[in-house]
This record gives sequence, C-alpha cells and structure tokens, in this order.
Amino acid sequence: MIDPLALFFLAVIFIVSLPSAIYSLGYLKNEYSSAKITLAWVLLVAFVLSMALVVSVSNVLVFLVFWEIMSLLSYFLVVFDTKHEKSIQAGMIYIVMTHIGTAFLIAAFLLMYKYAHSFDFLAIKSACLSMPAQTRNIVFLLLLVGFGTKAGIVPLHVWLPYAHPQAPSHISSIMSGVMIKTAIYGIIRFVIFILGAGSSWWGILIIILALISCLVGIIYALMERDIKKLLAYSSVENMGIILLGVGLALFFQSVNMPYLAVFSLIAGLYHLVNHAIFKGLLFLCAGSVYKASGTRDIEKLGGLIKQMPLTAGFFLFGAMAISGLPPLNGFVSEWLTLQAFFLGAFNTIGGVKLFLGICAGLLALTGGLAAACFVKAFGLTFLALPRSHYAKEAREVALSMKLGMFCLALLVLIFGLAAAIIMKLLARVAGAACGIDIGNMAFFLNNFTLSPQVGRGIYLSVPLLAIWLIVLGVLGFAIYKLFWKGKSVIYKTWDCGYYNMDSRNEYTATAFSKPFRIAFSFFLLPYRKTQKIRDSFYHVKSFAYETHTTLIFKKYIYDPAIALVLTTAKAMRRIQPGSIHLYLGYIFITLLLLIIFIHQF
Amino acid sequence: MMKIIIILQLAFFIAAAPLLNGLITKIKNNLRLRKGQSIFQPYYNLAKLFAKGEVVSETASWIFKVAPWVVFSATLSAALLIPVFIFASPAHRLGDFLALIFIFALARFFLALAALDTGSSFGGMGSSREMFISGLAEPALCLVIFSLSLQFGSTDISAFSGMHRVSVSSVVAALALFLVTLAETSRIPVDNQETHLELTMAHEAMVLEYSGPSLALLEWSAHIKQMIFFFLIAQIVFPISLPFLGSLVQTSVWVICYLARIMVIAVIVALVEVSVAKMRLFRVADFLGFAFVLGVIASVCAILGV
Repeated sequence: MIDPLALFFLAVIFIVSLPSAIYSLGYLKNEYSSAKITLAWVLLVAFVLSMALVVSVSNVLVFLVFWEIMSLLSYFLVVFDTKHEKSIQAGMIYIVMTHIGTAFLIAAFLLMYKYAHSFDFLAIKSACLSMPAQTRNIVFLLLLVGFGTKAGIVPLHVWLPYAHPQAPSHISSIMSGVMIKTAIYGIIRFVIFILGAGSSWWGILIIILALISCLVGIIYALMERDIKKLLAYSSVENMGIILLGVGLALFFQSVNMPYLAVFSLIAGLYHLVNHAIFKGLLFLCAGSVYKASGTRDIEKLGGLIKQMPLTAGFFLFGAMAISGLPPLNGFVSEWLTLQAFFLGAFNTIGGVKLFLGICAGLLALTGGLAAACFVKAFGLTFLALPRSHYAKEAREVALSMKLGMFCLALLVLIFGLAAAIIMKLLARVAGAACGIDIGNMAFFLNNFTLSPQVGRGIYLSVPLLAIWLIVLGVLGFAIYKLFWKGKSVIYKTWDCGYYNMDSRNEYTATAFSKPFRIAFSFFLLPYRKTQKIRDSFYHVKSFAYETHTTLIFKKYIYDPAIALVLTTAKAMRRIQPGSIHLYLGYIFITLLLLIIFIHQF
Repeated sequence: MMKIIIILQLAFFIAAAPLLNGLITKIKNNLRLRKGQSIFQPYYNLAKLFAKGEVVSETASWIFKVAPWVVFSATLSAALLIPVFIFASPAHRLGDFLALIFIFALARFFLALAALDTGSSFGGMGSSREMFISGLAEPALCLVIFSLSLQFGSTDISAFSGMHRVSVSSVVAALALFLVTLAETSRIPVDNQETHLELTMAHEAMVLEYSGPSLALLEWSAHIKQMIFFFLIAQIVFPISLPFLGSLVQTSVWVICYLARIMVIAVIVALVEVSVAKMRLFRVADFLGFAFVLGVIASVCAILGV
C-alpha cells in the first residue's frame, strides 16, 4: 500500500542505502575475494529490495513473507565474515531472537484474521473497529513484542549489539540505520493505523519501555570500548527516543488529542529519519576506521584526525548530530520530542502532567549521557596520540568510501537547517498515519508553531541559530585576531616535568567512563580484579588490573532461559532412544488418542 | 529597535560578565576577612592574557584551535535568548528555553573534545568529569524548565519575563536551578575555580593546556555563562516588571532594582562558596539528584497551582 507512510519509509531506506552502497565499493575491495564481493552485492541489493517491499505491501501474508526474507538476508550478511568465530555466534543469537519476534507477529496476525477473514490491511482495519477490547489488548501486546524484538527494545535488545557490529560496515549502517526502523513501521502501521486508538495504557507502556531502552542503551554504550558495539548500543537508545514519539502519539490519540498525536508522531518520525542518517554515517566512519587500522577497539586507537582528516570530520558531524547539538538534525528531533512531552503536559491534568515531566527529565539525562558517550567515541578514537601501531599505520580511506560518508554528512546538515520544510512533509505522513486532517495545523517556514489549540507559539529557527552561531564565532575570532599581537608557539603538552610523555599517559576509554560506571554501579554491577606480581616482598614487578560490567539482562533473564531450554531438551531426549519400535508405538498411541479425541468432542 | 537591543545585550554580556565574577571573588575574600583583589581583576586577567603568547601542544589538532571560538559563540548565542532589557528575549524567534540546554551542550562538547586533544591525562580527567557532571545536571535543568513552563503554558523565554508573582513552585524551581548553576559554573561544592589540584578539578583541568588569548576567550565565556544563569534565577525569584523606558527616576530605580537582584545572587553564591566544603566527585550524583528531586517538587507545586 503506497500511502504517505510507506513513501516516507521508502525514502528513508534509499537515503541510507545508496550512500552505503557507494561506500561498499571501496570497503569491500581488498577485504574479500572477488566471488565474495559479488555475493555481497547480490545480498545487498536483495536486502534493500526486501526492506522496500516490507514497507510497501498491503497484505499481511505478503508482509510476513518479505519480513522473513529480510530477516534471513540480514542473517547471511551478519555471518558474512565467516572467518570470525564471533560472526557465527552473533548470527545465531540474531536468527533465534528474530524468529521469536516473528512468532509473536504471526500470532497477532492470525488473531486479526479471525475477525477480518482477510489479510488485506484495509479490511483488517475496518474489522478492528468491531474487535472486543480484550482481544485488541492481546493483539497490541503481541505486536509490541514482535516488532519490539526487531526494534531492539530493552530487554529484547540482546541480539542488536552482537549482530550489527559483526556485519560488514556498510551493512551495519543499513541494519542500524534502516532495518530496525521497519519495526517502527510495523508499530505505526499495525498499531496506530490499523488497530487505532486503544486504552491509554498502550501509549504509556510504550513510553516506559522506550525510556528504559534509552537509558539502558546509552549506559551500555558509554561502557563499551568496541566502537561498532558502542554504536549498536546507541541504536538501542535512539530507537527508544523514536518510540517515545510513537508512544506519545498513541497516548494522545487514546485521550482524544489528535493535534498532539500528530505532533508527537512528527517528532518520532523526524528522529527516525535523523537516526537513519547519522547512525548510517557513524557506522560508515567506524568501518573506515576499522578498514584503515584493523581494529575496532577504542583503547588501541587515537590520533586518527591527523592521518584521516576527512573521516574524522565526518565522524565529528555524526557525533554532534547524535548528541543533539545545534544546528544539526539530531538537535531538531530531540527538541521536538521534548516539546511533545511539554505540550502534552500543558494539555493534560494531574498525575499525567508529572509523569510526562519526569519522562522529559529522563530524556534530558539520556541526551547528557549521549553527549558524554560521543565525546568519548570521537575524542579517544581521533584525538591525541595513537595508542598502538594499529592507529599509527592508519591511512585515509578510498574515494568511494569518502563519497558515501560525505553524502550522509551533507544530509545531516540539510535535515538540520531545512527543519521547517521537513516538518511540513512529515506532518502529512503523520496525519495520514493517524487518520487526522492536518489542514488546521499551522507550520510556518523558518519556525515551527503549533495551532492555537495547543498553547502559545513556540519558536525554533535552526537556520537563524546557525547564522548567529557563525556570526558570534566570527566575533570571537575577530576579538582574538584584533586584540592579540602575541606569538603562537608549538610545544609539548605539559607533562609535569617528565619530558617523556607518550600515549600511555593519555586517558583511556575505560578511565573516561569510570565516573559513570561508579554512578550507575547499581545497574552495571562492575567488578574488578587486581593482581600484583612481586619479585620480592618490597618490589611489585607488574600490576594487572581488569574491570568488567555485568550484563544483567543476559545474566538474569537470557542465561537462565537458555539453561532451562537446554535442560528441557535433555529431558526430552529420553523419549528418543533411537528404537524404531518405540517410535512406531508413539505413532500408534497418537493415532489412538486422536481417534478418541474426535469421537469425544 | 530590536537590532539595537540585540547589539546592546551582546555588548552588555561581553562587557559586564567579568565584573560579576570579580564581584563574587571580592565578596568571598571579604567574607574570609581578606582585603582581596579589585573587582576589576578579571578584566586585568583578560588583558594580561591577550598580551601574552600562546603555546599550542604539538599533539593537538584543529579541534583545540577552534574550540574557544565555538564555546564563545555558543555561549553568546545563549545570552541572546535571555530577556534582559525588555520582556521578550531579543531573538525569541531563535529558540526557546529548551534550546538553551542544547546550545550549552554545543559549547561543552567542543571544550571536552579540546581537553582530550592534547593527550594530557589532566585533560582527559577534566573532560570525563565535566561530561559526568553536566550529564547529570541536564535532567534537573529540564525539570526546572518544565515546572516553570507549566506555570506559563509555554517554553518561550519571554513567557517567564512576563511573570509578576512569585509562587512556591518558582521558589523551589529557583533553588533547583541554583544547584544546577553551582555545577554548571564549576563552583564549590561541585568544582573549584580556584585550585589546580588534579584530585578535584574538572573545568580547570579541561582548560589546563590553554594559554594566552584562547584561554582568555574561554574564561570570558565562562563569565558570560555564569551571568546567563544568574539572570535566569533572578527573573524567577525576583520578577521585575517595571517599564524600562519611563521617566529618568523611574528608569534609574528600575536599573538599580534590576542589578540589585544579581548582586543578591552573587552574595548567596559567595556565601555558599566560603561556607561549604567541596564534595567528592561521586557525591555530585547525589547533589544533582537532589536538584532533580527539587525539580519534581517544583513541578508538583506547579500542577497544584501553588
């Protein structure tokens, strides 16, 4: 079904996939054999097509088929680097999780079919009107778990930090930038568009889960030292921010505030396209770093801004955008999301106001932590001295890779500066998805104001802000140039008089995140191991220090669950001793039971 | 008219911000029964720095070079959003109160990167601590804005300057904002501007490698940022709604009242600084957590309408 919603998602898919494809020209070269490169291209094209079809079909059954094709193709792309042991393991986790999600989706779709007697979207939409509230709730929950697995909502996020980093970087970029967004498409299409407004707890549930995803995602990202894994965890966070917009939209719809619903959905969709762009960009940059240096470990990098100035510049752009800094695109969508909370609070009563306010506060916390996370990611990867020979030997990447990154970096800027125009377009998409006429809502060029129904006009003009930033920056520069007549000397960094400072004196990623590790120790459960090796009682020869954080979702949810499955499987094995007589017996007994069953009921 | 006010306001912030810092230092010194330096000392410092040469680390990249200008421009942009001479902020089409958070984040982001750029472990320390403190300050600041905008139905800064009464909610919000201000302007008990001890410094550690005019710009920006926060607090707890342009007497009374509010806050900050010990870094989490709770209380008061 090609409606504005589908068109929007198609646009997102191609905006990120095309630069990634250009990038892959240089990325795949010299990395894989020519047969594998061909395979990579076939898989890439098929993968992008499957995503495009997922968002444009209008039949549930066909949707499921393409959904499954998309999942399988991305599985093959995750395990593409077969030489890595980790790829196989990551692929395994991914395929299991994604199928658990699909199982929930099938359950939801069958339940819908029971009422609609058709697989067509519109038929289901009209049938959903007469669905009893209880069933609607069940369908909603099934859809939430199903799509939530793909979207990487905590605690269903476990596969994401394994699968995304393991794929080749241009695929990571498409997976994190676009593929997980199809889950948001699913939620908007099936919950907001087809199921329609339900109870108000639907929206609140999504908001709470989204906030947990935001915080958990960014805290884990802060602790991470593998640059691609860091980006994957940050995707969990950003999916949370997108879902905040979606959840708010659902909530406002259920309390009959259509304008706010549209506004929140605009915020969510805006962040969706922004995240697709800057996360795509960041993954491409991380891929360049990996290709140039051969490592993804931030602790071993450093100083790359000198050898790879362009990649560094592009990464800085992405890092600024994802931290929500003006005048780039992330700033606009985070501002809109916060504004959606505030506007919601102005128009609701009592406890809901407080709830929305606290949520906004926690979202601001996420923003602060994200900025810290990306100061770490950029600062330790690209600045100061190289920490290992990997970083020393890194050289700037091929032209096609630079071109791919450049396209996305340009989009980061455009989507920041042209916010007013993009908001107008998104209003149409959001209006169509919510089934609301947006004709009465006013969106002015160069600033956004909401219709009078939702309070006073609020202004934000990104181009104006950009101009002021530049003008005042020039003022600072002018003061510097006009009043200063001194000389600039290049000299060593102050090293407290050692005169022997090297990269070992630098702050590391682990050190950078230490205050956060201590502040959030109730959640991260860090533990450390110190070991002194002495050659005599008085002299310590060497000192080993190790610190880890505990992945509580893995330890307390997934590990016990996997253990349970394995013990059950072991117990089941007893009825399968390999004797054909026994198996014939089973068949006979089953047959008997079935005959009895048919006669009895 | 608007253009004149914008230029006037920028000039005011650039010119007067160092004086405010000198004033606080003077009050602090007097409270400690010392004579203290002149209140114009920050100007002498800036002049001195502009007369000196600059040492740039050989490890540093262009980030180190541009950071002072970015910090300066972002801080001044934030100053544009604050209503000072009229009830509307001069450039209120630029953004609202929420945009202020993001603009400050821009300045901080570049400063934190520049601190990492020289490869000194002091810089890394400062960068990590600053991001930690400010990251935790953000939710508190957001809730302060939330509680205030609940009272006025908008996040537009002009809405705040149009207020005429002080409610319980405003007072609590101002208190929370005060705690955030202490953290954001690197004052005791969160940070200490007067020391260069590696165990305690955060902001000073970040600018440790800077010298000469770059350092001057950074210090100037820090003064301006401090003044922005003071103006916000002043407008919340001591709202003044006298006309700016009236008879000569009226205008001078207005100006005196207007500046007296800032003085009161300066005295309170100085009192806090001389009477409280600096906290351990990890207790800052509790401190800012308390600010967050105050923000929640302010919101509850605003919801209850008190």
